[in-house]
Amino acid sequence: MTAGDWGAVRLTAELAALTTVLLLLVGTPLAWGLARTRSAFKPLWAALVAMPLVLPPTVIGFYLLLLMGPHGAVGQATQWLGLGRLPFSFAGLVVASVLYSMPFVVQPLQQAFEAIPENALEAAATLRAGAWDRFFSVALPLARPGLLTASVLGFAHTVGEFGVVLMIGGNIPDRTRTLSVAVYDHVEAAEFAEAHRLAAGMVAFALVVLVSLYAANRPAAKR
Amino acid sequence: MPRWLAAPGALLLTLATLAVTARAGEVQVAVAANFAGPMNALGPAFTAATGHTLKLSVGATGKFHAQIAAGAPFEVLLAADDETPKKLVAEGLAVAGTNFSYAIGTLVLWSAQPGFVDDQGAVLAAGQFEHLAIANPKVAPYGAAAMQVLRARGLADILAPKLVTGESIAQAQQFVATGNAELGFVALSQVAVPGKPVIGSYWRIPPSLYGEIRQDAVLLKVGETNAAAIALLAWLKGDAAKATIQAWGYGR
Repeated sequence: MTAGDWGAVRLTAELAALTTVLLLLVGTPLAWGLARTRSAFKPLWAALVAMPLVLPPTVIGFYLLLLMGPHGAVGQATQWLGLGRLPFSFAGLVVASVLYSMPFVVQPLQQAFEAIPENALEAAATLRAGAWDRFFSVALPLARPGLLTASVLGFAHTVGEFGVVLMIGGNIPDRTRTLSVAVYDHVEAAEFAEAHRLAAGMVAFALVVLVSLYAANRPAAKR
Repeated sequence: MPRWLAAPGALLLTLATLAVTARAGEVQVAVAANFAGPMNALGPAFTAATGHTLKLSVGATGKFHAQIAAGAPFEVLLAADDETPKKLVAEGLAVAGTNFSYAIGTLVLWSAQPGFVDDQGAVLAAGQFEHLAIANPKVAPYGAAAMQVLRARGLADILAPKLVTGESIAQAQQFVATGNAELGFVALSQVAVPGKPVIGSYWRIPPSLYGEIRQDAVLLKVGETNAAAIALLAWLKGDAAKATIQAWGYGR
């Protein structure tokens, strides 16, 4: 493999890792809130989180390009803060990936939180566990399988992201040329041998990740 | 007409109409992204002259090459270079002897901001910008020409960190149009649209700085027996098409 292709592998791993960490930080409280809320607006919040599942990447890419551009609200805010502009940058890809992979992290977490029996939390409360203590000592450990699923899917889905990266990335080596874009590049240029090396690697990666996930999440009784 | 004949009669009438439409044929055309504007203008004129209709797909020439090799149903290719049609003929995917130059491309350096690009291209050496958009030089001939200009000016290495690459020249234009790249190399036809005011500023690059962009058309094997495809190539060689192509800033 060429140095450029190794750069794409490294970049993609960094992007997926950082995105997953950020999504767990943002997504866990969001999923907890969605699981516990009795608000009439719950369907709306749940729908907003699920939007990237339904929208084509081109729609997300198009609006991000406009929003993060010099005339967009986000672009003007980042420039005002002295951060420059997000398109064509690694930071821009991270922001886009967090949005795009959001449902893959929030939904498994939310399901895990919803599955926790109310009386487990009530029992902890009668033992004078505070709200934070109940969350960290009871809810989070019980939601462990959901946490694992969320992390793996968030990481894997970011690795598999293509359309949004193509539209806002600008295909810059070591900065925005991720694996999926590198494969597209090789195929476009009829460099099929190079494309095969990356593409076959990604097929193997996806299979290994998903098999490990399903194996780890098998109910204990059936093991 | 007896009533029992009404239904079959209507069916026959429909079939007859379909037959007429089939004679006025349809061509699947793969168009290099830089030529999308003029081709959209040429389409109705071609239909008016011949009765045939066009189905256009726009993209990078290199990508079309890969797709045609993989069995894409295109019948005519309007490439952004003369190499790709020659290769397709050599590979047996296009009909020998049908390739000809329908246009000579003009490369410009364009910014959506008025006054940003001067008429000598000094803006390139000054380097007061964050991003310079080009089409992917590996698949888009205009991208390759842009790299030749940068090398001719001795700026290829200095500006390399600022380059953002569109998958075709249409995406390079889109990066500049949205302001995400301050300037970029595009085709003159994307900037100077006949009958419309020019947005921003551009430098028409002297032909001495890049190899001639000779854009060839070719009849693909899939369209070998399609009368509409053959008619399109003949019509593109004619004076009516030539006038429009020149009006869009192409040589001939």
